[in-house]
This record gives sequence, structure tokens and C-alpha cells, in this order.
Amino acid sequence: MSPNIVNIVYLIAAVLFIMGLKGLTHPRTAVRGNLMGSMGMLLAIVVTLLNKGLSFELIIAGFIVGGLAGVILAVKIEMTAMPQLVALFNGFGGGASILVAGAELLRLNSGGDPAGLQSLIAIVLSGIIGAVTFWGSLIAFGKLQGVVVPDQPVRYPGEQIVKVLLLGGSLVMGVMIIMDPSRIDLYWGVVAIASVLGILLVIAIGGADMPVVVALLNSYSGLAAAATGFVLSPPNTVLIVAGSLVGASGLILTNIMCKAMNRSLANVLFGGFGEVQESASADDVYGGKVKATSPEELAMLFDTASRVVIVPGYGMAVAQAQHAVRDLYNLLESRDVTVEFAVHPVAGRMPGHMNVLLAEADIPYDRLIEMDDINPTMKQVDIAIVLGANDVVNPVARTDPKSPIAGMPIIDVDKAQTVIVIKRSLSPGFAGIPNPLFAADNSLMLFGDGKKMIQETVTSLKED
Amino acid sequence: MDFVAALTVFVLAIFVGFEIITKVPPTLHTPLMSGSNAISGITIVGAILSAGLSLNDGLAAYSIMGYSLTNILGFLAVVFATTNAVGGFMVTHRMLEMFKRKG
Repeated sequence: MSPNIVNIVYLIAAVLFIMGLKGLTHPRTAVRGNLMGSMGMLLAIVVTLLNKGLSFELIIAGFIVGGLAGVILAVKIEMTAMPQLVALFNGFGGGASILVAGAELLRLNSGGDPAGLQSLIAIVLSGIIGAVTFWGSLIAFGKLQGVVVPDQPVRYPGEQIVKVLLLGGSLVMGVMIIMDPSRIDLYWGVVAIASVLGILLVIAIGGADMPVVVALLNSYSGLAAAATGFVLSPPNTVLIVAGSLVGASGLILTNIMCKAMNRSLANVLFGGFGEVQESASADDVYGGKVKATSPEELAMLFDTASRVVIVPGYGMAVAQAQHAVRDLYNLLESRDVTVEFAVHPVAGRMPGHMNVLLAEADIPYDRLIEMDDINPTMKQVDIAIVLGANDVVNPVARTDPKSPIAGMPIIDVDKAQTVIVIKRSLSPGFAGIPNPLFAADNSLMLFGDGKKMIQETVTSLKED
Repeated sequence: MDFVAALTVFVLAIFVGFEIITKVPPTLHTPLMSGSNAISGITIVGAILSAGLSLNDGLAAYSIMGYSLTNILGFLAVVFATTNAVGGFMVTHRMLEMFKRKG
């Protein structure tokens, strides 16, 4: 097939990716957008296969193994485990970039085309970005899944210097490859160093900062694909276009997540909480002021309520409480109580995590209200239920400029008539600070497992 | 295509990316991420080219069981990229169907 036809089909695929991504930004067009993206991928694959005398055994074997793995993962995964899966798929994209760049370096050394400078630079960059993406994503997977790596940030003295040295080391070795392309061993050295860098970058991030990291790794996986586009000779437009689109969309999401925490990306990646620690002690905040309640009492409160807002957090995902919440929602709606959900942008472990869980539980998405829209109406809310959220409803963010979460936009549940906080204990959230909301005059604590407490409330409501 | 043309495409595509994804409703953050992630599986094109090269292209120096090392790395890359693309598009579709059924 002539190169022109191949490139025109690649162009069509790139256009499908652009239109597909655009579709994904609106609820009504999202399904079609995703299908367009997959059509673009199929077109690009088919035309690549027709390209020139390729031998198909390994390609088909790879399709079968990878296709089966993809289908099984996509069909079997629980919605609560979605952050891990997204992290894992991200990593696979990065892994493919490492391998393609390595394969291309080998080919250039096997008497293929003479190695051009730009191909070599692209090979090094593919290796570095790919390895950071692959290992960073695997560590993110481990943290989210709760295997091998701890959820807490792992910190040690001089960690930033170590990371700078690793990045510098991989770049120096990269330059050596560019000067002497026959040093294939150095390529794997670059990959090894960048792998350590990827591990250290993500291991230093705490669980609640994961939305930022997952979005950033998403962006990296795109950049890795774009770099791989430059690796191929001639440079491959569909890789470059698709990769840079994903890189840009990941960066936008990363930015949204950072804004929702009032922190810079550098602060999330390198600072972290724990540096500023002079907020009020838990005893001062809570001493004798915390009032506990019971599911029966909560059920009685609902008798006089007409507007209820539920604020879900990561605790809802951990307790798998979304279906119990749906039962409560249906019951209250049947009694003419308006129920809405106020979702903080960084609630959970990835962008949009709560929305996915609530959608899984059949909550209509027009009941999921953005923070900025619900806050002005909070005073008219009879009961606000905080379910497994903490820092994102901590009024200290508004009141104490010295607090580690100062300036972070929060959901103003403290302004509701009555606040019910469903939580196992008074333990602090990720920021490590006490939450005065729990001791406020209009707050009641419902201590216990989120799912069990909601279920018991539903039972009490039905007995009325 | 020469390098400068490819670089031009790269820079322009980044701007296109920023332009088309301006306001994403938070409801769609996760599907947007997993859908765009699936698109980054486009590396499969490079993987196919590496996995399918024939030994006649001077690759015999590194051959194992009739396949060159380039082919084997390419095969692994096809596995990774296929998992990424197939799994990514499917799981995104699954999520979007959940959003759609009471839209």
C-alpha cells in the first residue's frame, strides 16, 4: 500500500481521536465519543497491518494475549476498584513505549537505516517517560489496591536530591547513547534508572493525593506515546497526535485536581502534608463537645426534613456503601424529601471516583451537584450527611490561614441546619488535622461502618 | 515526513488537546481519563511494526528461535498496548452505559 494512503488513513484515525475526546467531555455524546476513539484505533491498526511485508505470528499472538487480558480486566473489575484499573492500564501504555523504543534501537543497530539524531533523542525520551509511567503506575496500583506498597507517603531525608540525581543520571546516560548508538546496554540502564525514579516519585505520595497522581500519569502515558511516534522512522503522525491529545487532557485534569486542593503540582509531588504541624490538638477541638447519635435518631430527624444533602468521600468507597445509599435515597425520595449529592472534585482516589460509584448505584447524575453550585444553598439544607469524607468538609480551610489545608475549597456542610457525620472514629483525615465540624453545635456523629449505619437507618425509617 | 513537520504536528496537537477539553463536567472525569488512556494505547502501531519485521531486514544477529530480539520486544509491546487499548475502551464503555441509563 502506498505510504500516502497509509498516512491518510492515519489522519482519519487522528480526526476520530480528536472528535472522540471532544465527545467524552459531554454526558450526552460520551458513549459515541468513546466508540469513535475505538474506531480510530481499529483503523490505525488495520492499515498498519496492511503496511508492508510484516510477518503476523507474533502480532496475532500479542493481540490474543493482550485482548483477552483487556477484556477480562474490563468485564470483571468492580467499580470500587476502578482507580487501580485505570492506573494499571496507564502503566501498560508506558510499558509498550519502553519496549517499542528498545526494539527500534536494536533494529537501528542491525544494519537497518542509519540512526538519525532525532530518532535517538526520541528513543531516550520514550525510555525515560515510559519507565516513569510504567513503574509510577504500578506503584499507584499497589497503593490503591493495598498490596505491597503502603498507602501512606514514604518520606526520607534528602529524597528530592535523590530524585534529581536519578533524572540527571538517566539524561547523562541518554546522551551517551546518542553519541554511541551501539550501546544498547545503556538503553536498559536508562530504563532501569528511570524506573527507580518512577517508583520514588509515586511512593512519596499519600493516598488522598492519588487523584492528582493518576491524572498526571495519564498525561505521561500520552507523552510516552507521542515520544514513541518520533522514535519510528519516518515519524508516525497518528502516534504523535493521539499521544499529545492524551498528554494535554491529562494535564488539564491534573490542573483541575490541584486547584480543588488549592495546591501547586510541585507541592503535591514534592511537598506533601506533614511539614506544617501547629494546628489545634484534637483534645482542644473535640473535648466534651462531640455529640453521638444513632441510626434510630437519624431516622426520626428525617421525618421533619425536606432537603437532604449527602457528601460522599473515600470512606463510602471503602465501606462499599453506595448501594445502601441508593436505598436511602429511594426511600427518602418516596417521602417527598429532596436528596442531592455534593461531590468534591478530589473526593476519592481518582478524578470523578464518587460519580462513578453513585452512577453504578443508579443515582441519577443530575442529583450529583458540583461544590460551587451547592455551597450557596447550604443554609437551606435540613440535613447534611457526611459519609466517609473528612478534609473536604473541614471548615478550618476557610478560617485558619496556618492550617495545611488553608484556602482549599470545601463543601460548606457546617452551614446546614443539622450535620450528621458517619465515621468510624474521630481519627483525622489525610491532612492529619482535627475537624472542628465534628464538635460543632449543629453536628451529630454517627460512629460506625458507613454501609451498616446507612442500612440500619433505612431499616428504622421503614419501621416508622 | 521530516522531523520538523512531525514536531509541528506535535505542538499543534497539544494545542488542539487543550482547546477541545476545556470544561469537563466532574461526572465525566473518570470516563474521560480511562477513555483518553485507551487512546494512548496507539503505541500498538509501533509495537506491530516491531513485532512483525522479518529477519531479512538484517535482524538475524539477535535472533532467538527464528525471531529477532526486536520481534520479541515488539510482541511484548503488542501485548501491553492491546491490553491498554481493548481494556480501556471497554471499561470506559461500561462506565458510560451506567451514566446513560438514567440520563
